[in-house]
Amino acid sequence: MHKQAKRNRAKKGVLLALSFLVATCNIGLVHAQSAEEKGLAIAKERKQRDIGWSDSEADTSMILRSPSSGETERKMRVKSLEVKTDGDKGLTIFDQPLDVKGTAFLNFSHAIEPDDQWMYLPKLKRVKRIQSKNKSGPFMGSEFAFEDMSSFEIEKFSFKYLRDEPCNNLQCFVVEQVPTDENSGYSKTIVWLDKDEYRPFKVEFYDRKGSLLKVLTMHDYQLFLDKYWRPMRLSMVNKQNGKSTDLITHSLQFNTGLTDNDFDKDSLMRAR
Amino acid sequence: MDWRYIALCCWLASLTSNALADTQYNGTAAFEQRYFLQDPLYPQQPRDSASVFFAPELYTSFNDGQDSVLFRGFYRFDQRDSERSHGDVRELIWSHVGENWEIKAGIGKVFWGQTESLHLVDIINQTDSIEAIDGEDKLGQPMVALSFFKDWGNFTLFALPYFRERTFTGEDGRLRGPIPVSGEDALFESKDKNSNRDWAARWQKSIGDWELGLSYFDGTSRDPDFVTTVNEQGEVKVSPYYAQIRQVGLDVLTIIDAWIIKFEAIQRTSLAQDYWAMVGGFEYTSVGILDTVYDIGWLMEYQYDDRQELATSVAQNDLMVGARWVLNDVDGSEMLVGVVQDLDYSAVRSAFIEASSRINDHWKWRLDAWFFSSDETQEPSYLLRRDDYVQFSLEYYF
Repeated sequence: MHKQAKRNRAKKGVLLALSFLVATCNIGLVHAQSAEEKGLAIAKERKQRDIGWSDSEADTSMILRSPSSGETERKMRVKSLEVKTDGDKGLTIFDQPLDVKGTAFLNFSHAIEPDDQWMYLPKLKRVKRIQSKNKSGPFMGSEFAFEDMSSFEIEKFSFKYLRDEPCNNLQCFVVEQVPTDENSGYSKTIVWLDKDEYRPFKVEFYDRKGSLLKVLTMHDYQLFLDKYWRPMRLSMVNKQNGKSTDLITHSLQFNTGLTDNDFDKDSLMRAR
Repeated sequence: MDWRYIALCCWLASLTSNALADTQYNGTAAFEQRYFLQDPLYPQQPRDSASVFFAPELYTSFNDGQDSVLFRGFYRFDQRDSERSHGDVRELIWSHVGENWEIKAGIGKVFWGQTESLHLVDIINQTDSIEAIDGEDKLGQPMVALSFFKDWGNFTLFALPYFRERTFTGEDGRLRGPIPVSGEDALFESKDKNSNRDWAARWQKSIGDWELGLSYFDGTSRDPDFVTTVNEQGEVKVSPYYAQIRQVGLDVLTIIDAWIIKFEAIQRTSLAQDYWAMVGGFEYTSVGILDTVYDIGWLMEYQYDDRQELATSVAQNDLMVGARWVLNDVDGSEMLVGVVQDLDYSAVRSAFIEASSRINDHWKWRLDAWFFSSDETQEPSYLLRRDDYVQFSLEYYF
C-alpha cells in the first residue's frame, strides 16, 4: 500500500527546513542540495507523513486482464500492522479463486534484510516458510510482483530527484528510485508524487535491461483518520505483454485492534 | 468406533447448530479416473477404476471470534474397491482462542515437519493410505490440544484418547501385496486396543532465518507392522499390528541465500526395537527462467532409516530428486516431477508426476502419475512393481 500523510503546513515546513539544516551541517559545507539529497528528502517526507497509522484491515479484489484470456477476479482480505522500527507486518487471506480459499500469506517486511514469509496451506494444515528472495516473481499470477506489494521503506532504494512536472492536475515531484537489493526485478523505478501531500500517482518500472516494463497508476485517493491518504484503486499495466491488473480496495478500516498476536505463524491457521 | 467418539460428534454438532451466526459453507467434489499401465499381478484386480469424492466444510465462529467450530467431512465412492469407498470426519473441532493461548477439542488434523519427500516427524494423524500413495491424506484424530504462544516459542500439549486404524486396499484394488491386509483384524500391543491414551507435545519457534521444532509422542504407533497367520482351513491372513512407541522428533528449516535447507529426524523406541531415521535436503528456486515469468524449484532429499533391511518403510537409504515448475499464470498451473532412487539397489526406484491447473473459478484439473521399478523381492516396493498408474481428476470447488 502507498502511504501518505496529511499534516499541517507550518510543521512540515519546519521539519523540512530542519532536515536540510542537519544535512548541511553534517557535511560542513554550505552548498546547493544535490539531486540525490533532494530525492532522499522527498522520500523521507513521504515516509514521515505515514507514521502512526497503527493497523488496518482491507477487503480487496484483484482484476487480472489478459488480451487472450479475458478477465479473472481474485478476492482477498489484507490485515496490516505498523512496525515502527522495521518494515510492517501483513497477513493476506485468499477467498477466491475457490481452490485456494483459506490459503494465507504472512509477511514480515524488513528494510534491508529479506522479508520473512510463511504460507499456510489449509488442506494439509501446513505452515510453510517460503523463500522471500524471489521477490520479482508475480503475485498470484497478476502483474504485481511480490516486491510491489511490500511496504515502502527508505532503505530499499537510493533516490534521485529528476524534475517537477504536472500530474493529475497537481504539481508533482518526479523521483528516480534504484533498488538497493540485487534480487529486485527492476533496474529502476520512476515515481510521480504530488507536492502537497506526497502521494504517489504514477510509478514506472524498468526491467533489469533498462526497458520500460510496467506502469502503475493510483486512483480514488481517500483520507483516513484525517491524516493518511490511500488509493482505492491501483492499476498496473504491463507494457511488454499487454496484460494488466487492477487492485481494488472495497473497504478499509483503521485501528481495528490488531496486535502482534494476530500476525503469529499459528494465527495463520486461524485466519478465516 | 466407540461411544465416546459418537458422543463427541453429537456434542460438537449441537454446539454448531446453536450458533449459526457467522457460518461459511464450502467444499470440494471430484471425479477421478485411474488407469493402470500393466496387467495386474492378482486376478481380482482391475486395469482401471473410476471414483468420486465429496468433501464439504462448515465453519462458524461466535463469541466475538474467540470461539469457532470447524467441520470437514469426506466421502469417497470407488467403482472397484469396496474398501476404498469410505467416509471420514476429517475435522469436527471446537477451538477457543485467548490472548496467548488456544484450546481445541474434537476431531482434528495437525501437521508437523518441514521436508517434502517424507514426513517422519508428523505423527498425530493416521494416514488414509487408501486415498493416495504419497501418504499425505490423513484421517481425523480425536484430541484435546492446549497451545501457548510465548516469546520462547509455541508449545502444544495433545491428549489423544482414541486411535484411528490405517486404511488398506481391498481385494479388488491395486497397489497392494498378494494378500490384502485385513484392517478389521488389527492387533494391538496395548490392552486398551484403540482406546489407549496417547499423548504428545510439540515446541516450535522461528528464530530469524531458522524454523525449529521439537516433538515427543508416547502411544500407539501410526505405522503398523504386519503379522501373517494361517487358520485351520489353510487361509493366510495379514493383520496390522500396532505397537506402543515413544518417539522424539526434530525438524529444522533454514534459509541460506536462495537455498531452503530442510531436515527431519526421529528416534523411536518400542518393545521390539529402537531405531532412528532422518530425511534432509534442499530446495533451490530459479525465478523468471529464460526471460519468462516461470519459476523452477529444484528439490533433493536424502532418506535414511537405521533399520536397514528390516525397514518396512521404503525410505531406508534413498535419494529423491525433483523439479517443480510453476508457470505463475492466472490459472495457477504447476507441475512437480520427481524420482526416488534406492541407493542400495540400483534397479529399485519410483517416479512421480503431479500437475494441476485451474479451468475457472470453480473447476480445476489435476494429473497424477506414479511409476514403480523394482526387481528386489525383499523391498516393499516389489509389491507395486506392476502398479504404474496415471490418474486424471476433475475437481469442483464451491
